[in-house]
Amino acid sequence: MIELKNKSLISITDYSKEEILHVLDIAEDFEKNHRQRLLDNHVIASLFFEPSTRTRLSFESAVQYLGGSIIGFANADTSSVRKGESLKDTILTVSNYSDLIIMRNPLDGSARFASEVSPVPIINAGDGANQHPTQCLLDLYSIRKTQGSLENIHIALVGDLKYGRTVHSLVQALSLFNATFHLVSPESLKLPSAVKRWIKDAGLEYHQYTELTDVIPFSDIIYMTRIQGERFPDPVEYEKVKNSYILENKMLSASKENLRILHPLPRVNEISEDVDNNPKAYYFQQAKNGVYVRQALIAAILGLKD
Amino acid sequence: MNNKRTELQVSAIKNGTVIDHIASENTFRVFQILNLEHIKEQVYLGTNLESKKLGKKGIIKISGKFFDPEEINKIALVAPHATLIEIKDYEVTKKEKINLPESIDKIVKCMNPKCVTNNQDVPTKFKLITDHHGKTKLSCHYCEKTMAQEDIWFL
Ligand SMILES: [Zn+2]
Repeated sequence: MIELKNKSLISITDYSKEEILHVLDIAEDFEKNHRQRLLDNHVIASLFFEPSTRTRLSFESAVQYLGGSIIGFANADTSSVRKGESLKDTILTVSNYSDLIIMRNPLDGSARFASEVSPVPIINAGDGANQHPTQCLLDLYSIRKTQGSLENIHIALVGDLKYGRTVHSLVQALSLFNATFHLVSPESLKLPSAVKRWIKDAGLEYHQYTELTDVIPFSDIIYMTRIQGERFPDPVEYEKVKNSYILENKMLSASKENLRILHPLPRVNEISEDVDNNPKAYYFQQAKNGVYVRQALIAAILGLKD
Repeated sequence: MNNKRTELQVSAIKNGTVIDHIASENTFRVFQILNLEHIKEQVYLGTNLESKKLGKKGIIKISGKFFDPEEINKIALVAPHATLIEIKDYEVTKKEKINLPESIDKIVKCMNPKCVTNNQDVPTKFKLITDHHGKTKLSCHYCEKTMAQEDIWFL
C-alpha cells in the first residue's frame, strides 16, 4: 500500500520508484476525467516568491479542476515578504489558512527548509537553481504515455546539460528505470560529473556527443533544452554553438517511429517551428500533462485519492 | 617501553588535550579553527616533525582544554587523520583516532551564495559523501550543492 498522505515533495528523490509510479497512475485517471471535485472545502496556498506564470497557471488550473480554492501571491512584491518577513514566518502564517502549500522561491534549498517548519505539506514548484520535481513528474508521465513504459528507453538529452536542473532531475529519476542516456551538448555545457556518477552508480550507460544528428536514428525520446547565452563566459564561444543544437523537421526523417520530442518550454529557437506539425512533436501535450500530474500529486498528498 | 615513550612525548602538559598526527600543512589551520590564539593557558605547537605514518606531521598540545563533539568535528574536517589524546594528571586517559561524522551541523558555511542558509536564519547541515576519486565532500542538506573539504569555511 503506497501512502503519500502528508508527504511533501521537495526533490524527485524524495519519492521511491513505486511512489512515482503511483502518482503517474493517478494522473492517468485525471487525464480520462480531469473534472473531479475532490477538493471541496479545501484551501490550497500558492506562494510564488518569484514570478513563473507557466508553472503557477498549471498548478492553479489543477486546483480549480479539483474544485479547491486558492490563496497566495504571484510575486514577492505584493506580499509581506517585501516588508522583510522571514520565510519561516510566512510559511507558519499561511499554514494556518491552508491545507497544502505550493511554493516557488528563488533561494536554493528554501523548499526543504519550508517543509521542515511547515505543519502542512509543501510541494516545491521550483527552488532557485535546485529542484523542480513536478516538471520531472510530468516528463516521466509523458515518456511513459508515449512509450508505453518507463523501462529501458534510450533518451537523448540535448543542449545545456550543465545548468539545466530539469535535466539533472530527469537523469536521477530515469536511473530508476534502466534508461540509456545519450548526452548531446557543447563541450562547455556537458553534464556535471556528479550527475554522471548517478548513472554509473545505477549500473547504467551514458554516451556523449557534440552533434545532434548523431542521436536521432536510435532515440526513443529527444529531450531538448534551451542554451542560454548568459551561461557562456565567452560570447564568441556562444556564437559558435548557439545554432548547432536546433532541431529541424527534415532531420527527423531517419528517426524511429516511436520517437517523441519533449521540451520543458518555453522554447526560443532550439526546435524549429516546422517540427510542431510532426506527430513526433509532443511538447505541448507534455505541458498539458502537467495539469493531470499536479492534480494527482495534490489529491494524493491530501489523502483524497489512492 | 614503547608505551612509555609515547607518554613521555605527550605528557609535557599536566591536564589537557594533544592533537597528534596532523598533516603538517594543516597544523596552523587546526590552530586557527579552534580559536587557540584566544586561549589563556599554555599551548605548544609543533610542525614538520618526523612521522613514520605521514612523513611530516604537526602536533598541538593545549593545557586545560577538552574539546566538545562540535569542536572535534571541526578538527576532523581539517585534519582527518589526527589522533586526539586526553591527559589528566600527566596520564593518558583517552586516545582515539578522529573519525569523520556522517553529518556536520551548524559549524560550516555553505559556499552557495543563493543557499537558503545564507539568506535566512537557517542553521547549516551537511552530509559527508565520498566522490569517485575517494575524496570527502560536503553536500548541503538544503541546496544540495557539494563542496570540497579545502573549500570549507567555518562559521
Ligand atoms: Zn547550501
